[in-house]
Amino acid sequence: MTIGQTAERLQLPTRERTTRTSRRAALRWERLQGYGFLSPALLLLLLFHLLPVFYALFLSLFDARVFRDMWQPGRFIGSGNYGRLLTTSEFAQSLANTVWFALITVPLGLFLAVLFAQLLNARIWGRTGYRVTYFLPYITSTVAAAVVWRWIFQPRVGVANSVLQWLGLPAQQWADEPRGVVQLFGQLIGVPLEGWAAGPSLALVTIALVSVWYSVGFNTVIALAGLTTIPTDLYEAARIDGANRWHLFRHITLPLLTPTLLFLLIVETIRSFQSFDFFYQMMAAVPVPGAKVVTIYLYEQGFKSFNLGYAAAIGMLLFAIIFVLTLLQFRATRSRVVYAD
Amino acid sequence: MALAASVPRRAFRLPRSSQIARHAVLLGFGFLIGFPFIWMLLTSFKPFEETLSSPPTILPVHWRPENYAEAWRAANFPRFFLNSGIVSLTTVGGTLLTSVLAGYAFARMRFPGRDALFLVFLGTMMIPQEVTLIPNFVLLSNLPCPIPVDTICNPKGAGWFDTFTAISVPWWVSVFSIFLLRQFFLGIPNELWEASQLDGASHLGYLWRVVVPLSTPGLLTVGLYAFVQSWKSFLWPLVMTSRPDVRPVQVGLSTFALENGTYYHTLMAASAFTIVPVVILFILVQRHFLDSIARSGLKG
Repeated sequence: MTIGQTAERLQLPTRERTTRTSRRAALRWERLQGYGFLSPALLLLLLFHLLPVFYALFLSLFDARVFRDMWQPGRFIGSGNYGRLLTTSEFAQSLANTVWFALITVPLGLFLAVLFAQLLNARIWGRTGYRVTYFLPYITSTVAAAVVWRWIFQPRVGVANSVLQWLGLPAQQWADEPRGVVQLFGQLIGVPLEGWAAGPSLALVTIALVSVWYSVGFNTVIALAGLTTIPTDLYEAARIDGANRWHLFRHITLPLLTPTLLFLLIVETIRSFQSFDFFYQMMAAVPVPGAKVVTIYLYEQGFKSFNLGYAAAIGMLLFAIIFVLTLLQFRATRSRVVYAD
Repeated sequence: MALAASVPRRAFRLPRSSQIARHAVLLGFGFLIGFPFIWMLLTSFKPFEETLSSPPTILPVHWRPENYAEAWRAANFPRFFLNSGIVSLTTVGGTLLTSVLAGYAFARMRFPGRDALFLVFLGTMMIPQEVTLIPNFVLLSNLPCPIPVDTICNPKGAGWFDTFTAISVPWWVSVFSIFLLRQFFLGIPNELWEASQLDGASHLGYLWRVVVPLSTPGLLTVGLYAFVQSWKSFLWPLVMTSRPDVRPVQVGLSTFALENGTYYHTLMAASAFTIVPVVILFILVQRHFLDSIARSGLKG
């Protein structure tokens, strides 16, 4: 049916024929159908994604080391798990590791995504090929990717160390290295560094790089979509006004890209705080303390020690942190976001 | 802007030298990003002794395709593939069904609380999987077992623990997919609905006969996304299963890697064949997929 035929039909006096009561019945029917269409998704979402948050809150108030029953998970200890959590140095350490991880992956991930998108946003030969290659890591499983990266970073015969040796640099332990990256660099030039000055462990940095590799394609595709919405007229006009390439980027691209960047910033921050698979897969059976992030700590407490109440408390705290961070990022950047019309 | 209008509009073309620099950077990063895949394939054809040589050989000196057959037999990979296939395909079906219906309701239907519910849906995207991990583990281990088939629910009274249903059903809803399809459905001209209504079509009839055929790229994207997510999911099946009969490929590969940690030639072969199904699917629908993903991000 064409649009023309439709318009013809719409002129028929159907409105007059419908009485008020039947219209009300139709509205009620529409309403019922609306809820009906929504119900499968809503039911699954409630059952497996929303209610569990409340159950986690409930569970986190119990000492559930000897788990008895779903509704009586153990001894009620109120905020005991949270108290223990906030005073345990192991948790503080794991949180610091997670923060380091986010501080490396988020800026680097965003920078590379904008760079790649900027390079791909032109009529160049092989654009599809690049896009597919850059996206490929994101669709492979983290397990297979971790297995391959562990082989590349294998301390004795891995190809990464071969490259280092070829460059005349000492071989590294990569994902098994507890020492800090700044400390290792200091050793190289003969400056001893300890404590905070040692920086994040090489194990953590290695996994962070793999993590950036994994998600950079996704971020690039989104950034590229953001770039294509910027009208080319703006660039032409600015060019005529004598703007150079940096000016174009700084005063046109960057401001008009902020909605996309905000989206990526939030998604990447959440992703970095939730990151688990690469840590679980790439480290040895006994994780390096400097790379034990909150999610690994949660997994150990929940599924190795079966301390379910405590693990639920870790999860709730992680959620709270992510929630606050998202809100803060949204507030801080919203005032600076420019929406192109 | 007046200036821009007076200039003839032409496609943004770059000088030649800049084109070459651009390709050099893109190729360099492309090599870095693609390197693990290349290295995986190269190693997977080397004999065991050759993987231990330092510095490593680049191309295998002795090509050994038997690695693949050995890896395939070394763990119960046929079983793992079957399991992953069952779980992923049911997840694709379930996600498509719930997302099409919900996406349509949010895009086209009028009912009280619609926009509030939509915000609730979007809000759940912020919940980390680690928060729901333990509650869902407890919850699913306590669900009733109406059909005592050991792949559907656990006959030993552990709810849905160690079953396909436990790995698949919770992921039959995807807010991202609902959002994506809603955007697609909003783009379909309203006149079509008015016309169908005059022909006496119901919402369901219109959805099935008009909206679904017009949204193929969106549906392909949602389907592929669900398949990829399900195929690569690891943490959830890891905690929800304990026996190889229901474990999917990723958990199987992880166990295989733990047990054969130093036999990198077969390990690389195993990694390669676990990646293949998704890579083929991705290359087949990459254009729709990347465009749809891009479209969703714009609304952020």
